[in-house]
Amino acid sequence: MGHLLSIPLAFFTPRSGGSPNANEIDSLFKVTLYIALVIFVAVEGGLIYALVRFRARKGAVAAQIRGNTRLEVGWTVSAAVILTGLAVLTFAKLSSIQNPPNSSAEGLTLAQGAREYASATRKLPPNGKSLNIQVIGRQYIWQFVYPGASEPDGLGAPYSYENMEVPTDTTVTLDIVSSDVVHSWWIPELGGKFQAVPGYHNYTWFKISKPGIYRGQCAVLCGRGHARMIATVTAVPPAQFEEWLATQKKEIAEANAEAQKARAKLNQQTGAGQVENP
Amino acid sequence: MATYAPSIPQVNAHHVEREARGWTSWITTTDHKRIGIMYMVLTFVFFCLGGVEALLIRLQLGSPDNTLVTPEIYNQLFTMHGTTMVFLFVVPMMAGLANYFLPLMIGARDMAFPRLNALSFWLLLAGGIVFYSSIFWNPPEAGWTSVVPLASSTYSPSGGEDAWIYLVHLTGLSSILGAINFYVTIANMRARGMSWGRLPLFVWTILTYSVLLIFALPVIAAAVTMLLTDRHFGTHFFDSTEGGSAILWQHLFWFFGHPEVYIMVLPGFGIISEILPVFARKPIFGYKAIAASTVAIAFLGFLTWAHHMFTAPVPEAILVFVMLSSYFIAVPTGVKILNWIATLWRGTIEYRTPLLFCAGAIAIFLIGGLSGVFLATFPIDWQVNETYFVVAHMHFVLLGGAVLPIFAAIYYWFPKITGRMMSEGLGKLSFALIFVGILTTFLIQHVMGLDGMPRRVYEYANVGHLGLYNAISTVGSFILGAGVLVTIVNAARSLKFGVVAGPDPWKANTLEWFTTSPPPVNNFDTVPRVRSAEPMKDIRREVERRSGARASAGGATVPAGATQVGV
Repeated sequence: MGHLLSIPLAFFTPRSGGSPNANEIDSLFKVTLYIALVIFVAVEGGLIYALVRFRARKGAVAAQIRGNTRLEVGWTVSAAVILTGLAVLTFAKLSSIQNPPNSSAEGLTLAQGAREYASATRKLPPNGKSLNIQVIGRQYIWQFVYPGASEPDGLGAPYSYENMEVPTDTTVTLDIVSSDVVHSWWIPELGGKFQAVPGYHNYTWFKISKPGIYRGQCAVLCGRGHARMIATVTAVPPAQFEEWLATQKKEIAEANAEAQKARAKLNQQTGAGQVENP
Repeated sequence: MATYAPSIPQVNAHHVEREARGWTSWITTTDHKRIGIMYMVLTFVFFCLGGVEALLIRLQLGSPDNTLVTPEIYNQLFTMHGTTMVFLFVVPMMAGLANYFLPLMIGARDMAFPRLNALSFWLLLAGGIVFYSSIFWNPPEAGWTSVVPLASSTYSPSGGEDAWIYLVHLTGLSSILGAINFYVTIANMRARGMSWGRLPLFVWTILTYSVLLIFALPVIAAAVTMLLTDRHFGTHFFDSTEGGSAILWQHLFWFFGHPEVYIMVLPGFGIISEILPVFARKPIFGYKAIAASTVAIAFLGFLTWAHHMFTAPVPEAILVFVMLSSYFIAVPTGVKILNWIATLWRGTIEYRTPLLFCAGAIAIFLIGGLSGVFLATFPIDWQVNETYFVVAHMHFVLLGGAVLPIFAAIYYWFPKITGRMMSEGLGKLSFALIFVGILTTFLIQHVMGLDGMPRRVYEYANVGHLGLYNAISTVGSFILGAGVLVTIVNAARSLKFGVVAGPDPWKANTLEWFTTSPPPVNNFDTVPRVRSAEPMKDIRREVERRSGARASAGGATVPAGATQVGV
């Protein structure tokens, strides 16, 4: 029955299919939707029935009923029972939505990350290994910083803007921060949205099995460019990802070297120390 | 009692003060009825302004990649729309209705503090003027929630944000003073015999509304003061780079913002609870349960604010607690809906316009209530929050819980305020347009949100059917607008050409119908002792009993003699 119902109701469910957490949210949504539909039909039906059946007619006399304690206690308790059931269901689903699984065997081979730790808000896979990407929201572009810092203080890590490149079959954990106003990270097919708040860290994860491009955009008003603050996640096989990461690293290093030369040249023209190296 | 033979209850308006006339009499008035009328007219004007802003928003979104307005103007439009509807329409409109009808319903001559009452109104007007004058310079554009740091001076340097702050201060002060006034009036000025168990349900909700305002508004007043000093006087309450906290703003705002929802919808529930029994010709089903659920909702309303912050970095314990408290609040709310349907059950329902608006309100509010359960479940909220799903949710809640009841109240009480009935034909047309308009505009927005369209975006790409869905929504908003226009025409026409109403055209249950329409300055010469929650029913019965015995004593002054006037 549930399977049959899911076809016409597919357009009335959140997007999913990219990552297990999005799928679990989708199934929790569907259960809630079935319960809500039953209540909706029963209550709206009761309302319409009462309006039609008990309309004023010649000779009809209104029953002077002031209440019915047993009935009222009955429906108060039923409402509480339905909601308790829903709460239990949510708790049952919670761990599969919140806790990331291990990466699959085909996934990227991950070193035990030295800077990675689990906390109450930050969940790691059971084996503690994930590809951790920092998501930085800023007006009006997303920046993604990948592991692989060349210097001990974390500098020199490869990064990209707008498009996040990730390996398939690998658990990717996100560390979401903001450098200016509040933004919200959201790729619908990869699970829920999480605010990027300056001064705070927010965490989520996804694990993609199907290569492809997953689209989303900033979900909290962040200024005039909010509508154009889009994000894509491109999932590629692990080998291709490593290749991409190496290229990215190389190109950033080359661009930095170019910039350093340009700055040195400018300093020569304008006087030493006029243009600072970042 | 042995020597005093009470006469047939009737309206005697001999020794009333001459009514003051001219525009100065309106500016200097302390009469709760005149203040109430000014409140209602002013807030309805703001409702129309907010409505025009909404239509411009819908026009911009009517087609994908539209360029009708710039992103800057678009952000200003939805900021003005949200702020106007909350601070300048729903909350003060409820204050206006309460101003006019609360003293009448409890058999009082006026409010407890008439001059304070006038001050409340003028503060509201001042807030509206400060806010709307910003359109001549730079209107605010950080949304009605003014999330920091976007609302800080770094990211919103324009004075529009300050106009928003002063609006919150001025209307907030207006509401607090009004709330104290309502509370004191209800506590002290009820007619003889009107115990708490006989208080009209609308008055119960205004009592609760007042308590909520008194607790919630000081918090937002503090928060916007902190924002003001952050913006202009070098403090860093919300600036994380200097040790402040951006999350603090969200906590403070929603500690006010969530009770604000109940401040808006509880009086709407009260209106429904007054009107349904009148047109079903049945007593309200479960008076005590409805009054108790009002208080329960108000209490729980203070424990759920963080469900607006499910996607913010907050500890999991808070997520769980707030999900459960939000579920709990669905119980008393559901009880109310079932009690209303039970009130209709086995009645003889007269299809007059106020009843239609109430029935429509229940149908619409239920949809908003059910989508609220999805939003209260925090993992689901992670997907649907900040999208058009939540836009649809809050519009179903506020249209069903506040706006449709306000329209019901306009049709129900217009005869009392003006002495003339509104046209039933136009009223039914207006209801049909508004009801269909709401469903067309907002049902499809759930799907837009589920498909991934965030709120507060001035443009979107035509992926999937988003273009079609948005076009449907835009068409719906204009149907809704047309429905509102019909009511405006109806009211304007009925002021002059409406059928004369008489004191009690609906054969209603509460004391405001005991006096003439419109009531004299002093409201009542005498108010009979209240013996039940439906004093007018008792009075009519008594009149019928006595006029049966002494037919000549009846006549035009007897309220019950003015039977329903068909239109």
